[in-house]
Amino acid sequence: MRREIPLLITAIVGIFFVLQYFIPHPPFNRLNGWFSDWFSIIGACAIWLGALNLIRISADKIYRKRSDWGFSVVIILSFLLIVVIGFKEGRDFRNPGSGFDWLYNFIYTPLSATMFALLAFFVASASYRAFRARNLEASLLLVAAFLVMLGRVPVGDAIGVSLGLPETNISKVAVWIMNTINTAGQRAILIGIALGVVSTSLRIILGIERSYLGSE
Amino acid sequence: MEIFGTWLAAFFTLGIISFLYRDNAWYKLCESIFVGISAGYWFVTLFWDNIHGLFWERITERHDYWLLIGASLGLMMLLRLIPPIGWISRWPLSFVVGATAGLYIINYFASNVMVQVENTLMPLFSAKFGDPLFSASPYSIVGNIVVAAGTFTGLVYFFFSKEHKGAFGGMAKIGIWTIMITFGASFGYTVMSRMSLLIGRMDFIFGDWLGLIR
Repeated sequence: MRREIPLLITAIVGIFFVLQYFIPHPPFNRLNGWFSDWFSIIGACAIWLGALNLIRISADKIYRKRSDWGFSVVIILSFLLIVVIGFKEGRDFRNPGSGFDWLYNFIYTPLSATMFALLAFFVASASYRAFRARNLEASLLLVAAFLVMLGRVPVGDAIGVSLGLPETNISKVAVWIMNTINTAGQRAILIGIALGVVSTSLRIILGIERSYLGSE
Repeated sequence: MEIFGTWLAAFFTLGIISFLYRDNAWYKLCESIFVGISAGYWFVTLFWDNIHGLFWERITERHDYWLLIGASLGLMMLLRLIPPIGWISRWPLSFVVGATAGLYIINYFASNVMVQVENTLMPLFSAKFGDPLFSASPYSIVGNIVVAAGTFTGLVYFFFSKEHKGAFGGMAKIGIWTIMITFGASFGYTVMSRMSLLIGRMDFIFGDWLGLIR
């Protein structure tokens, strides 16, 4: 019951989605619409599950007075603030000028943009430690990264000019690397991933791969 | 409210940047607010878009009762919060896994194998299929050769069923060179995208907030 039914559901739904690609006629096309809607509803509930779990973990931390429990209070309060405003404003919660929109523009956007911008420093410091031209492969990686970075800023072409190279030379090299060698490498990786995904999907549908069900 | 919002945004921006000095209470406060606000943002958005818009409105207005099955599966997902009956959440999970697997078998193969191979096999001396022979520029010819050879040798490198020795090993070697350049280029591209985000935040601090740059 705990393992057999999930395996059966996976197999039936998986086979159905393969079949509906080849048979775009009733009842498959109709079922496809229903399944897609169910998928969206389950996806929303999964996100809800994650959010509610975050609140549960934060509340537990406050209850047990674990270290930095005060920040868990901040998590719950900020969660409640946006949820209450979002629910109060109804279906038009995203309209410009609404409270939800204000929270999005002045809290969510600056925080998320700065959080990702911070990665620039960590990537730079990590690359300083990791990028050593120890062998040919590492040197190729280093030179390609250097040229792409240099080719995307005006100073790159200025350096090229100061070295006597024609204007926009380094940016052209960067574009060429991105359009040819990078494309080739990305394609090889994409094809490899796709073949792996196809074989893993087949294993899942046939019930050979069961790790997603957990250990029990 | 606009001015207060700008000051608040500056407070959060500087708070996150303060982590560059070291982990501190200001950063942790901003981080906690970010976590809470992000979770709440998706909680509300998915409620109005999916639960209310997709499920409730269609049930009440169009009597689309088939959606009740999806809602039941969604509720089962939430049962994970109740440990004694948490195992029921495997049912909707298996639905999602099965649907994703079924979709990926076809879609991944069509878009990431067939289309990629088709785009790799380009005419050597013409810009595109149907064009006269030798109409392509030397830049395009070299580009097409590099893309085709790089993709093929990259795939050879990923083929581990045969030992990388001799001519096969040589091709695998060229493949790893291609992949290393790809990683380098991707890394450089990622760094620059993060830099542009940072420039955006600095533009906000020195322009919108302090008014030093116009």
